[in-house]
Amino acid sequence: MVALLDTASAFTQPSSAQALAAPQMPVLRLEDIHLRFGGIKALQSIGFDVQPGEIRAIIGPNGAGKSSLLNVINGVYQPQQGRLTFAGQTLGLMRPVLAAKLGIARTFQNLALFSGMSVLDNIMAGRNLHMRCGLLSQALRLRPAVREEVTHRLVAERIIDFLEIQAWRKVPVGRLPYGLQKRVDLGRALAMEPKLLLLDEPMAGMNLEEKEDMSRFILEACEEFGTTIVLIEHDMGVVMDLSDRVVVLDYGRQIADDTPDAVRANPEVIRAYLGSATQEG
Amino acid sequence: MGFFIETIIAGLMSGVLYALIALGFVLIYKASGVFNFAQGAMVLFAALAMARLQEHMPWPLAFLLAFAIMVVLAWLIERLVLRHLINQEGVTLLMATLGVAYFLEGLGQMVWGDDIYPIDLGMPKQPTIMLQSLIPGGILVSNEDLIAAGSAAALVALLTLFFQKSGVGRALRAVADDHQAAQSIGIPLSRMWVIVWSIAGLVALVTGMIWGSKLGVQFSLSLIALKGLPVVILGGLTSVPGAIVGGLIVGLGEKLAEVYLGPLLGGGIESWFAYLLALLVLLARPQGLFGERIIDRV
Repeated sequence: MVALLDTASAFTQPSSAQALAAPQMPVLRLEDIHLRFGGIKALQSIGFDVQPGEIRAIIGPNGAGKSSLLNVINGVYQPQQGRLTFAGQTLGLMRPVLAAKLGIARTFQNLALFSGMSVLDNIMAGRNLHMRCGLLSQALRLRPAVREEVTHRLVAERIIDFLEIQAWRKVPVGRLPYGLQKRVDLGRALAMEPKLLLLDEPMAGMNLEEKEDMSRFILEACEEFGTTIVLIEHDMGVVMDLSDRVVVLDYGRQIADDTPDAVRANPEVIRAYLGSATQEG
Repeated sequence: MGFFIETIIAGLMSGVLYALIALGFVLIYKASGVFNFAQGAMVLFAALAMARLQEHMPWPLAFLLAFAIMVVLAWLIERLVLRHLINQEGVTLLMATLGVAYFLEGLGQMVWGDDIYPIDLGMPKQPTIMLQSLIPGGILVSNEDLIAAGSAAALVALLTLFFQKSGVGRALRAVADDHQAAQSIGIPLSRMWVIVWSIAGLVALVTGMIWGSKLGVQFSLSLIALKGLPVVILGGLTSVPGAIVGGLIVGLGEKLAEVYLGPLLGGGIESWFAYLLALLVLLARPQGLFGERIIDRV
């Protein structure tokens, strides 16, 4: 661990070339995370890491603590115990705004879009942290502020193209169908150019076609933008196809952390989760 | 004919000022989802500060200083009140602003005094006669009103541009829509609130300054905010253009009703006509003339 921390200075952003073979500094490392709400132990002794450029899935039955875990990484909840290391930096108290500043973006299980604003404005809002010009120069529309706005607009347009939502650019997101809103949610997160992207059930409530589209976007985001992704998902098929490694939670405990194939064969996982899931699907 | 046009102009002039008050409500509502009952008290506080500071220095300096005071006030309101109420019900926040209103009214009169104070902006008091060639007798227009309406319009235009076109404006609208999502993309709520309350403070200051220079600064200034309510209902709580058009409609309607309906109904229409208008609009379009249609997934 000490050795890992020492290489902090040598750490480069995961979006740059991914050296495949060489062991790398993990983007995120969780150690012995405990989270309690009163008497309820939501998370107990969770520990795993996320490597640059990888798609990491967290699965588990309902109430296993998946969303709680995501909220710990994102700083919405503060764990009572445990250590969170992001990009080689051990973090104390995490807060949502701080997480965003460090380069952690997220999408929401139940959409949390700015529903009165247009698709473009939602995605531009994701550029917020990259805006350098001050309040005054924006208010007075000075040259640098205008130029900056144009630069960010280019990034936003690239994301709109990528997600194939050009036709709805000016439409308030509240009027879009659910599947498209999910895409805008992803787009807003991508606009932050995050080092780590947290997806909270990106396929929830989608039909097959929408799921396939979303899977494609997630894979391409990983490959094209080099984004490291942690995703929570119910749909087992999706998880097995998309992810490089899978963490399995059950009643707040981590019962497996392995490749999709190994997880599928793990008897404890089958007992806790796959047994019922295979019956469903 | 000349008298009719004069009535219209007078109506539009007071309409601009109503719009200004309404704008204070709309700005804070849009950016934090709070209906700010303290807007009237802020107008009074800002105007008192301006009037008393002006006794010691030229008015532009007094204006800047009063604005600085309003920014400090915005920061204090965020720090002491709003910060503790994040993610609370709208009603809770509303009650909190009601508290802030009483506090500010008291504090303002304690610090600045409770007399009637003049604000002198050095505006020309004598009226101009216009369009003499077109209409016999010409039209009498107050220069003071003209300047006041012009500067109010400029402020409104500037703010609209700022909210719709700038990154900070977008961040403010984002905060209004969803606190949690705004935080997740790194928008710090507390700073946004200080900004928006400062802007509302600026609007309050300009409103107080203009009304104060016409009527003198006194306690009743905090009551003109009540005239902002029908305007806001008319225009929609979420619409800046709505506040402007609503203000103009109320101002115009009030004057025309007073002049042409007043004699039939025994006068005194001006004081309640705006509320009648608001009631009618409310019955037909609950979201106001320009408010965002309420979109709900059922």
